[in-house]
Amino acid sequence: MLVDLPGGWSPLLGRLAWSQIPYANPILAPLFVAVVIGAIILLGLITYYGKWTYLWKEWLTTVDHKKLGVMYIIIGLVMLFRGFIDGLMIRTQQVWAVGPHSTGVFGSLHGYLTPFHFGQVYSAHGLIMILLAATPLLVGFMNIIVPIQVGARDMAYPYLNALGLWITAAAAALIMISLFVGDFAHNGWFEYAPIFELQYSPGVGVDYWIWTLQLVALGTTLGGINILATVIKMRAPGMTWGKLPIFVWASLSANVIALTSFPALQVALALVAADRYLGAHFFTAGMGGNLMLYTNLFWIWGHPEVYFVILPAFGMMSEIFPTFSEKPLFGYITMVLASMAIAGVSWLVWLHHFFTMGAGPYVNTAFSVATMLVGIPTGVKVFNWAFTMYRGRLTFNAAMLWAIGALFLLLIGGMTGMMLAIPAINYMVHNSVFVVAHFHSMLLVIVYAIFGSVLYWFPKVFGFKLDEFWAKTMFWLFSAGTALVFVPMYMLGFMGMTRRLEYVFNTSWQSYLDVMELGIVVYTLSVLAFFILLYVSIRDHAKNRVGADAWGTSRSLEWMTHSPVPFYNFAVLPHVNERDELAWRRQHGIDQVRPAHYDDIHMPNNTGVAIIMGGLTFVLGFALTWRIWWLCIVSLLAIILLMIIRSFKGDPGYIITGAELQRMEEEAYRREAQIADSHHSHPVSGGVVGNAMAYQRNDSSK
Amino acid sequence: MSAHASTVDPKKAELWDTHHHSHDVISTRTLGYFLYLLSDGMLFATLFAAYGVLSYQHSYFGGPTPAEFVKPWYTFAQTIALFLSVLAYGFGMNALKHKNKSGLINGMLAAFVLGVVFLVLDIHDMSHLYSMGITIASSGGMSAFMVLTQVHATHIFFGLIWILVMIAQVMTKGFTEETVGRLLTLRMFWHLQAVIWVFVYIFVYLWGYIS
Repeated sequence: MLVDLPGGWSPLLGRLAWSQIPYANPILAPLFVAVVIGAIILLGLITYYGKWTYLWKEWLTTVDHKKLGVMYIIIGLVMLFRGFIDGLMIRTQQVWAVGPHSTGVFGSLHGYLTPFHFGQVYSAHGLIMILLAATPLLVGFMNIIVPIQVGARDMAYPYLNALGLWITAAAAALIMISLFVGDFAHNGWFEYAPIFELQYSPGVGVDYWIWTLQLVALGTTLGGINILATVIKMRAPGMTWGKLPIFVWASLSANVIALTSFPALQVALALVAADRYLGAHFFTAGMGGNLMLYTNLFWIWGHPEVYFVILPAFGMMSEIFPTFSEKPLFGYITMVLASMAIAGVSWLVWLHHFFTMGAGPYVNTAFSVATMLVGIPTGVKVFNWAFTMYRGRLTFNAAMLWAIGALFLLLIGGMTGMMLAIPAINYMVHNSVFVVAHFHSMLLVIVYAIFGSVLYWFPKVFGFKLDEFWAKTMFWLFSAGTALVFVPMYMLGFMGMTRRLEYVFNTSWQSYLDVMELGIVVYTLSVLAFFILLYVSIRDHAKNRVGADAWGTSRSLEWMTHSPVPFYNFAVLPHVNERDELAWRRQHGIDQVRPAHYDDIHMPNNTGVAIIMGGLTFVLGFALTWRIWWLCIVSLLAIILLMIIRSFKGDPGYIITGAELQRMEEEAYRREAQIADSHHSHPVSGGVVGNAMAYQRNDSSK
Repeated sequence: MSAHASTVDPKKAELWDTHHHSHDVISTRTLGYFLYLLSDGMLFATLFAAYGVLSYQHSYFGGPTPAEFVKPWYTFAQTIALFLSVLAYGFGMNALKHKNKSGLINGMLAAFVLGVVFLVLDIHDMSHLYSMGITIASSGGMSAFMVLTQVHATHIFFGLIWILVMIAQVMTKGFTEETVGRLLTLRMFWHLQAVIWVFVYIFVYLWGYIS
């Protein structure tokens, strides 16, 4: 029943062979050498400083939602960087390969990338940016902030949380290894039927794409269940639904979408796999298959997915604006309703991704109207943010700048989205770079909100603020880059330039492409500014230490516990009386009241099972990609066995006694007092970044 | 600014949780598992949608259609086996209420045997189709038929493994918070698979037979 494969196959290695390693590729081979050298240096440094035990105990086996969130964010930032490099390569190819007289190098007729390689670059760029950069960054923030904002000590299922992280890491590893072993898909990040069928795409690229996406989908579904259960079950006493912080509402609505939509993606991918591995005919051009079934199934997930990533970003903006306007959020209830409405409507609009399918005027009209409906709750949100700032006491620090930038981009992206919702316009600009510019505006709303949140919540997680000067420098460079790249892109779209061109036939577009190349150079400078920002902030961290309430005007529960947040979050869980609990306590002068006494608390143990499971899912994905059947069976059996063994062992957790809790809390209060003094004397020394977030647990307490 | 700003008197307000409210482990786990089952339901909904799109006359591309080989009485026997399995599990859970360990294990064993009967009937059916040259590669319509029915059968297979694991856990550990929580979640899983089977039976077998 298994299909006949083009090319070789051996029982031991499947389709894997030396010829699959691109050692002759002038771009990939030097990159591979650089990666290997970098990895050796990194591993050497860890060994030299003797950090392996620390890494294993404190990070790789942790079930602490804050550390897992930080690791999600690190994965997201690394993949954001990789996706950015892909974007840089796309821009450079397009500015180079214009007109028949343009030169070509590295075996390419025009530019420096062959069509096959260029196809892999833009496919990887799209997939990485949406599913391995934006998604892990947002999931990371939800992981860190949601449990603290609802006043819990951890997620509802700490082990499942770790499992979700390591499966996501496995997906990231799988797409990264496709750089050096075999090829990646070259048909676009969402693929098309029937070109992804084995006879048209005989390589392993589409298979890498299938299993990377399957792993991301699995990890995100698990994470979604966890956050939903945490919000429903783990809220602190007194926190009724009407007092839920707005970011928690945003996370809730986003994860309702994740839970319901990702299964559709998993089915779509499984059916593609059935076609490619078992010779099924779901999406083939003949034999009774249906090409548009694939496109529909994919976008039934795909459109909810884009709201899954934008709703948490809206939630972040809703936290940043009130804090730096020193006012409560305007229209809390309408904000909640708008989030839920966007989550609901997200299911009714998928066909607008392919109005040109030819479903007829009635179907297209229905989806057009449904798409325009999205503008109503989104408009409500925009006005709510504007009214939050109206007559507020505004602080234009870097976090606020990113949030305001997000608001402007949302207007541009939203308005062009309304244009695209009109089928008549959509037919004209379908598959043009106008569409590309539109969805980049929208996804940049997310990136802006994320960088705003990095600045906003960094002091909470690590205990010191990031450098304002470099953060603002990065913001302005990034915004200049955005304008320079995407304004010409909108214009080119109207002129009829289609997307994904590895060769630009119209020489009159050259000047626009030049401006866009300049834009990507400015973007590169902003990336540089980000690295400087991290370096300068870590260097000066002793000067920038903060107490519990880093901004002095924050409103929600996470700012009531210490910075960095201790591993148990709250020594005594707060009793919630008002919607903006901290603001209310501050207003009535009771924000410094400490708990009278400390009781024993129960915490989950660390476990190495989650990272081993992640490793096994990576092996399974790799073996499936290369069709190494024995390895598939071995890794699948190992996963099942490990699940059973883990379920027999269980986790009794451990107890921190009230006395020990009191010792740690007093230590934290002492340090906070020291920080308050140091603001008019000398910096506080001690503490390194790596040890942040935990007053190391006393081993005798185990 | 907010409408209910001063409903709580800050001088008398309770600021810290002094009542040790603890989270109910079993209800938290069953909620999470219920959420997972929602996603499982979406998975089947998508498969049914694909089956609906690929069950037109032209989807079979002139090859065999379900009307030519489906035997509703055969799959009715499968239905009875699966429903009796769910019933047996229910009896087992009833024994759990009376802390009757052997009653629970007997119920689980009966559920397991009946589940195996269902799966054996399914495998026999599939090998019969295979001997007639009907496979997943026959046509788009047959691909949809095979994947929908066999994804359900795969769920049953993993459910059976889980039943064995739970029998072993109850025998070694007794009724702890963890095992009871898992017995409840397994029950939800087993029920859902029976419910899904009702849809498979109606839309794939009965509808396929008459169309």
